[in-house]
Parts: sequence; C-alpha cells; structure tokens
Amino acid sequence: MIYFDNVTKKYKDNSSLEDVTLSIAPGEFVSIVGHSGAGKTTLTKLILAEEYPTSGTVFYESTDIHKLSKRDLMNFRRKVGIVFQDFRLLPGRTAYENIAFAMEATGKSDEEIKEYVPNVLELVDLTNRAFHFPYQLSGGEKQRLAIARAIITQPDLIIADEPTGNLDPANAMEVINILKKINDLGTTVILTTHNKGLVDGIKKRVITLENGRIIRDDKEGKYMI
Amino acid sequence: MLIHAKRIIKSGWKSFVRSGFTSLSSILIMTITLFVVTSLIFVQAALNSSLNDIREKVDVTVYFIPGADESSIKKVEESLSKLPEIKDISYTSSSEALSNFKDKHSNDYLTLQALDELNDNPLGASLNIKANDPSQYESISKYFENDNALSKGALTIIDKIDYSQNKLVIDRLTSIINGAKSLGFIVSFVLIIISIIITFNTIRLIIYMSREEISVMRLVGAGSKYVQGPFIVSGILVGVASAVLTVLLFIPISIWLGNHMTDFIGINLYNYYKSNFLQLFIIMLGSGILLGGISSFFAISRYLRK
Repeated sequence: MIYFDNVTKKYKDNSSLEDVTLSIAPGEFVSIVGHSGAGKTTLTKLILAEEYPTSGTVFYESTDIHKLSKRDLMNFRRKVGIVFQDFRLLPGRTAYENIAFAMEATGKSDEEIKEYVPNVLELVDLTNRAFHFPYQLSGGEKQRLAIARAIITQPDLIIADEPTGNLDPANAMEVINILKKINDLGTTVILTTHNKGLVDGIKKRVITLENGRIIRDDKEGKYMI
Repeated sequence: MLIHAKRIIKSGWKSFVRSGFTSLSSILIMTITLFVVTSLIFVQAALNSSLNDIREKVDVTVYFIPGADESSIKKVEESLSKLPEIKDISYTSSSEALSNFKDKHSNDYLTLQALDELNDNPLGASLNIKANDPSQYESISKYFENDNALSKGALTIIDKIDYSQNKLVIDRLTSIINGAKSLGFIVSFVLIIISIIITFNTIRLIIYMSREEISVMRLVGAGSKYVQGPFIVSGILVGVASAVLTVLLFIPISIWLGNHMTDFIGINLYNYYKSNFLQLFIIMLGSGILLGGISSFFAISRYLRK
C-alpha cells in the first residue's frame, strides 16, 4: 500500500531520513519508533506530501505521491486519516463540527453527516461533549476527537503521529485501544511513538529508526534501542 | 455545488460571529477606512460648494460710455450670448445704474447733491458677464480688445472693461480653485490607499493566525475553495458591518456639522447627507464588501499553495 524507495530527506545540511526503503501492506498496524529527531515525523509528512523527498520516491499503491496534481492530492488525502500529537483541531468549531468538517469537505450530504457523526462520537465516547469547543475538552478528549475526525471518512490509512505524546498513561492506552479497534476493522494504521510500554503492548510490527535510518524491522516487535 | 455554497456561507457566518473580538477589531479598522472615505466625500462636497460660491462672485463688467446707443449695446449683448463660455449676461441701463448709485449713496448727501448739479446722467450702461469657468474670463475680455466680427463697432462705445483690474484676483482664484481640487484629489487618494493597506494588513494578520487551521483543513482533504470560502464570507460580513456602522456614525456627525458648521463650510452637510444617503450607503457597502472580500482572498491564497 505504502512503499518508500530509497528515500532521503535533507533539511539544509541536516539529514532527517537516510536512504529509507520500506513497504507497508494493507491492513497492517505498524509502529514506527525512535528517539526524538530520529525521522519519524518526517516519514509521516512525506506520506502526506507535506514534505518532498530530497531523493527517492514514496508510492501509494502504484502512484508517486509527490507527483500528484493539486486535485489528486486532495483526493488522496481524503483516503488518509491523520491524528497529531498536538491534536490540530479546528478551534472555532465544536466537537461535532470538527468531525462534520471532514465529511463536508469530501462533499457528503447533510443526511449522511447527521447519521454518521453521532455514531463516531459514541465510538470515541464523546457523545455528551458534542457541542463543546476544543478548548473546553481535556487532552484525552481532544485526542479522541481527533481520532473520530480521522476515521469518519472511512479512510484506507490512518497516520497517528505521536498521538499519545501529550496524554497520561490511562488516556494513552485508551487511544491505542481505539486505534487497534480501527485496525481490526481493516484500516491500515501507522503509529509513530517513543512510548516503549505502549509499543510492547500492541504486539504488531515495529520499525525502529535511528538518525534517519531503519535499524530494525520486526514482525511482532518490541521497542528496543 | 449548491450544498457547498450553503456550507461555505454558513461556516463563514459562524466564524464571523464566534470570533467575536477578532471580528470586532477588523470591523473597527475597516470602519476607520470607510470613515476616511466618507469624510473625504464630505470634504469634496464642501470644497465644491465653496468653489461654486467663489465662482459665482467672479464676473466681468463691460462699461459703455454715457449716451451710448442702447440698440448697439443690445447688439453686443446678443453676439456675446452666442459664446459658449458665457453662462449669463445681465444688462444694466444708464438710468438703472443711476438709480442704483443713488440707492447706494442714499445717506451720502454731498454726493447726491453733486450728482444733482450735473444735468446729464454721468453713468453709462453696463453688461455684467458671468462665465462658466473663471479661466474663461481672459478669452472673453479679448473679444473686446480686438475689433473682430463679434464686437464690430463696439470698441467705440466701450468705456472700460474691469477685467484687467480684476485680472490678478481672478487669476489667483483660478489657480487656488485648481490647486485645491488637485490637492484634494491627491490627499484623498493617499489617505484611501493608506487606509486600504491598513485594513488589508489587519485581515492578513487574522488569517495568519488561522494558518494552522488552514493547513489542517487541507490535510483533511478540503479543496481550496472550501477552505477559502468561509474566510471570504467572513471578510465580506466585516465589510457589511463596517458600512452600516460608518453610515450610522455619520448621522450624529452630520447633524452636528449641519447645526454648527454650515456658515463656515458653506453647505449644510446634514441636508447633503440626507439627500445623498442611499448613494453614500451603496458606496460604503460596495467599498466594504470589496475591501473585505478581496483582502481575505489575497491573504489566504498564500496558504493554499499545495
């Protein structure tokens, strides 16, 4: 589904990713681990075409993501749900509207929005917070809202970039459990984190990055650096 | 398409209402711009009215020798009235001139007595000429200097033309009028440009604060128009609100100006405001909508490049 072919990304003189080659199959749950600055976020940004590789190619199925036209890129992004460490919710919109926005943007009808949004709010246990604004929610609630927004469009792939970074252990565990549930339903999940306890508990594929290079890629791996 | 437009308008309206303080500050900034525009329109109106007053006061009088034949004078008047530069000619006969003179000096016994000593009327008839534009007096007076077709034979009966005496004043007035006009235009232009730049930068700053939000919208897969639309709608709403506020602000201002400054300015600005209200409101509304909409459009486009 996602394929990195000898990808290098340099920021001025600093290398963030060095000659990375990897492939992620549909339905996989992949944890990408490493210290801060190892290149985890750069890797996700390359998948979303927020950044362009210095050399090498990133494919989605057989398409070079960085050669997509503006319109095709928009359509590609609609197939990807994103969850960030800092939530990145729309501050001027309620929880309900944040989720609805993703559907509105893809041109879904009002009826569909009215049907699906409450379901997803229930799934992430935010039904009674539907009409609260992001600043009125706790960290855990914000992250659950971000996940709800990511999954509402039923994407093929979910990218969760350090989603537990700002959360306490209980909330972090809950977020991981939701992501596992989504993966069980068939959605590919890419999770970046440096939380050892969480990764060890997932018992799925783990890719370890160090200084921009892949140093381990284990099928049922653990966080080992 | 329709559902998109509906959502864009709704979302623009919501963000306008919800970001209360931000919307308020941009409304205030834009109100200042529109206030400047309206004030300049007022200044132009006052300037025009003063200039018209001055123009009305400028004229040229052709004095004929006493005893000049009235029919010859009438001929001159007739040929003058054909000139396109001339707005109005009024004829004063020598007997009218005499009675005017007597009226004017009714308290001056000595003068009246001296006048009585003369058996003949010493005053000649005259033609008072008003031109469409003060700069045209010179060319009018030149008609009399040359014994051309217009004034054939007229030279013999003309005593004097007070143009040359008034020339200095007329020339100065003409140049003041033209200077005031072009200065007014330049000042208005500069002020309007400055206000537009300030408003544009305020809106740019507000959109800059939303750049994270814009990038999230893009990542969620929203198209450019869908991201841009609500910001433009909010900008337009800021324009509409500012136009209404400006128009309301000028009601008490014009009443005060009308009550206290009419003599000084030479025009009752309240009456002017009342009679041009709709036109001014449309100008304000149009400027507000254009300024808000276009500023938002340009401010946001830089965040939409892929």
